Amino acid sequence: MVGYALKRLLGAIPTLAVIVVVTFLLVRLAPGGPFDEEQPLPPEIRANLEAAYGLDQPLTVQLARYLRGLLRGDFGPSFKFKDFSVTELIATGLPVSLTLGSVAMLLAVLLGVPLGVVSALRHNRPTDHLVMGLAVLGIAVPVFVVAPLAALVFGIYLDWLPVAGWTPGEWRDIVLPATTLGLPVIAYVARLTRGSMLESLRSPFVRAACARGVPRTRRIWLHALPAALAPVVSYLGPAAAAVLTGSLVVETIFGLPGLGRYLVQGALNRDYTLVMGMVIVYAAMMILLNLLVDIAYAWLDPRVRPGTRH
Amino acid sequence: MRAAAQRGLWSDALRRLLANRAAATSLLGLALLAGIAIVGPGLSPYAPDQLDWSMMGSPPDWASRHWLGTDRLGRDLYVRTLHGARVSLAIALQATLVSLLIGVTWGAIAGYAGGRIDEVMMRFVDVLYALPNIFFVIILTVVFERSPMLLFLAIGAVGWLTMARVVRGQALSLRHREFVEAAVSCGAGPGRVVFRHLVPNLLGPVVVYATLMIPQMILIESFLSFLGIGIQEPLASLGNLISDGAAEMESAPWILAVPATCLVLIVFCFNFLGDGLRDALDPREY
Repeated sequence: MVGYALKRLLGAIPTLAVIVVVTFLLVRLAPGGPFDEEQPLPPEIRANLEAAYGLDQPLTVQLARYLRGLLRGDFGPSFKFKDFSVTELIATGLPVSLTLGSVAMLLAVLLGVPLGVVSALRHNRPTDHLVMGLAVLGIAVPVFVVAPLAALVFGIYLDWLPVAGWTPGEWRDIVLPATTLGLPVIAYVARLTRGSMLESLRSPFVRAACARGVPRTRRIWLHALPAALAPVVSYLGPAAAAVLTGSLVVETIFGLPGLGRYLVQGALNRDYTLVMGMVIVYAAMMILLNLLVDIAYAWLDPRVRPGTRH
Repeated sequence: MRAAAQRGLWSDALRRLLANRAAATSLLGLALLAGIAIVGPGLSPYAPDQLDWSMMGSPPDWASRHWLGTDRLGRDLYVRTLHGARVSLAIALQATLVSLLIGVTWGAIAGYAGGRIDEVMMRFVDVLYALPNIFFVIILTVVFERSPMLLFLAIGAVGWLTMARVVRGQALSLRHREFVEAAVSCGAGPGRVVFRHLVPNLLGPVVVYATLMIPQMILIESFLSFLGIGIQEPLASLGNLISDGAAEMESAPWILAVPATCLVLIVFCFNFLGDGLRDALDPREY
């Protein structure tokens, strides 16, 4: 198991390297540079600036320098957030984004799975139709519509939760953003769980358990459910992608100081180093999450578990 | 016994599609929406960027012919939403077309070539898959000028990955079929075999997947415009209209409600249509 995880971790390195190089080259394809202001700079100042940031070197030298910096955890200076290095911005934003993302994913599993199970148990009855109807809505209505609505209803009309802001350790700040972020994932997980639960409830081993006199609750949650979880686990990878993407909007709407906001502001200001740093961090997170999902999958399903013989 | 009327794959599929109530309703709904988006703005006396100083931030009002109200600057919401829907739909369709071109070409070549070439080409797709494609679009919008044209090119240029996988799978399964061998033995070169023989035979899944791709593209476009990276004012798109509405929702909820409803309707219809098409073209599902 550990060997498998290590092998996968090593395999992730080339993927990340390709993403770094591709983004670097894409950014350098740009027709303009970071110092193209509305008023053109005097050529000497421009040359000095470019020399200071190493932009006068050939592309390969710049790439090598950037990669060397990355290995030391140095993402370079931000062009527009003066006095901040991209590494510093990442250090402030990452904890916020990680908290938000993990709470959203946790909610998705903790709410989505039971909803799916209940739906499957009440197959084709009003509860089932209600849950699945809500699920379709949750999937089709994009986060950037849900988030303002949620802020309006729960933050302003009902005044239950804060609409914006972030104080470390204050759980009330995260309820609204994490729920809106998790909503589509909850809906999708519920649908997946329902589908595979329906199948697993009808399968021979559950009927066998029934015949052996295993109590109903135990049968549902300990026999049928684990067998039904495989599709949910393999969906967690794409779910993580959805959460990361959604967090761009959620962080902007709720004013959370996470990575997403820096990425959006970096994109608006054409702050190349900032955008590249953020994209690399997001890519690393994605790859790591997918790795965890694969490992969890192998752990859950003995047929996929490497190194076992039958 | 009467001879059955000659029916091909496509007319069969159409019949099945129209028998599916959700899909048929969606198709009708989309046609209606597209019709309104094309004709509708002409029925209103207002232009999309015309400011009505006497009616700033007005709720829906029939007397002044602001049927769905106006925004903070007094621009007619009905006209702007329809213009936004046009822009969003046009961008989504063009982006889908771009993805279609790249994805089908890439996938068909990889699948037909097989072996080492296939492995390298698909590995490249795997690597790009590691990052949600919205991030690549953001990089592209940072790098290049922001214009509607480049926006759809950028969205299309990163959306082709799944399409390439779908097509490659199909091409792999088709490349040893008799009609391909027949074409090869008649002296057709690889290019001709791929584009004249292989591609027309794998259009079924491509059509299904393309229909499901359009709502994704609309969502990506609106998402970017919402964040301010996509379509820029004064041009309207559903995304930047929703963004405007979100800023004003406390005092003027209709500014958010109108474009948001329009977007959700379009996305709903395309999703149902795509599901219906999948069932219609793939009878095994029954």
